[in-house]
Amino acid sequence: MMMSAQAYGDKGKMKEYHYTGPVEHKFSPYAFNGGTVLAVAGEDFALVASDTRLSEGYSIHSRDSPKCYKLTDTTVIGCSGFHGDCLTLTKIIEARLKMYKHSNNKNMTSGAIAAMLSTILYGRRFFPYYVYNIIGGLDEEGRGAVYSFDPVGSYQRDTYKAGGSASAMLQPLLDNQIGFKNMENVEQVPLSLEKAVQLVKDVFISAAERDVYTGDALKICIITKEGVREEIVPLRKD
Amino acid sequence: MLNISTKTPTGGFSFENTRRNAVLEANLSEKGYSAPNARKTGTTIAGLIFKDGVILGADTRATDDMVVADKNCMKIHYISLSETFFTLPGVAADADVTTQMMSSNVELHSLSTGRPPLVAMVTRQLKQMLFRYQGHIGSSLIVGGVDVNGPQLYSIYPHGSYDKLPFLTMGSGAASAISVFEDRYKPNMELEEAKQLVRDAITAGIFCDLGSGSNVDLCVITDKTVDYLRGYDQPVQKGMRGGTYRYKPGTTAVLTKTVTPLPLDVVDESVQVMDTE
Repeated sequence: MMMSAQAYGDKGKMKEYHYTGPVEHKFSPYAFNGGTVLAVAGEDFALVASDTRLSEGYSIHSRDSPKCYKLTDTTVIGCSGFHGDCLTLTKIIEARLKMYKHSNNKNMTSGAIAAMLSTILYGRRFFPYYVYNIIGGLDEEGRGAVYSFDPVGSYQRDTYKAGGSASAMLQPLLDNQIGFKNMENVEQVPLSLEKAVQLVKDVFISAAERDVYTGDALKICIITKEGVREEIVPLRKD
Repeated sequence: MLNISTKTPTGGFSFENTRRNAVLEANLSEKGYSAPNARKTGTTIAGLIFKDGVILGADTRATDDMVVADKNCMKIHYISLSETFFTLPGVAADADVTTQMMSSNVELHSLSTGRPPLVAMVTRQLKQMLFRYQGHIGSSLIVGGVDVNGPQLYSIYPHGSYDKLPFLTMGSGAASAISVFEDRYKPNMELEEAKQLVRDAITAGIFCDLGSGSNVDLCVITDKTVDYLRGYDQPVQKGMRGGTYRYKPGTTAVLTKTVTPLPLDVVDESVQVMDTE
């Protein structure tokens, strides 16, 4: 006789068959909206890139919803995860930037924004913002800086970091091409802006092949001392 | 001395773990975790009846938990010499085994009856098998073909129910595809118009459903011919990478090297060319 797991109840005993009445289903305050972000720091530049697809379940909400948000002329943040929390978090950051500017009469530096974001995220330690953040920008000396976060505020400064749904596919490739890991007899030249942009485009093309949540288009924010420039590249739409 | 196993092997599915799983699930939910779910796999498949026969269509993406496992897999399977084909979303292993089983059964049945196989017969065998397994075989299928009763199209669900309809879609992209059919389907369409319609329905699934993607495969079945159009349309192009990622010899570190010579004689030599495409 065919038996399924539904025939057994809590303690491993057979369930008695009877109508249980209305059943309360647990409401989940979170949703997963997909998306991948990537940031790379160079000698005198930083890149923050994200795909522009917003999904939920098996559907696509939008093909044009970039995940990079410009904070100042020297800092861009990439946020992926639950879109509702991404929007709220970026609104909060922008408000805090204004407050800082009005009190201190100067713009926040990348390092300061990173430290502030860490405290904002930890403030919600017991009902976290479901957001994977990566900040890319220029530090006070004009060198590229990348700060990567977890949903509750732990952060560190990196040279490069991938976050979001295809992060596990991108990070090893970056470790090899930018960090020169697992390679011998290779000239370790510092990364130029052109090579970095080409690398970012190529890794996203590869990620879009295999990750269903990544695709549609890629937006790259290039941060140099001249300011923030944007480049948009189409990706697979399937 | 021979060791004979005292336990006769029982075929089919083993339900030994159901009790343990029920207890585990209860324990997990207490701590706030959930047991892993069986996942509905992504696919868009569609079929319709046109003037001269049946057209079946499918996308070519196989997913494994939201990662693409195969970018160009075959979902349209052949059942019998003359006419009937299958399309299969659901668990891949179930699909393969079901196809092989059906193929043999159809051949045996038609030899036994002395008549060419009927689409209704394939459907009935499939639904009886799936019902026997109470939905544990996770395949939903579309069966289409042309026999002495004309062109026919059936859809069969994992628990064993079936529908006989002039046009059908299944899989995670079914909603996207059926909307195209509902808009433009007419009875007794011409071949080219019908092919275009199926292609458009599968393409809707490819773009609007995350579980479907890559190419469109079509299969046109008439009373005289079966045309398997693999890769009929490629609505999505793979992006071209700009950088070169070739490694020079010597890039991978060799930590230790041990050479063990094997004293062997060459008895026979044969060459098999690898498909490195």
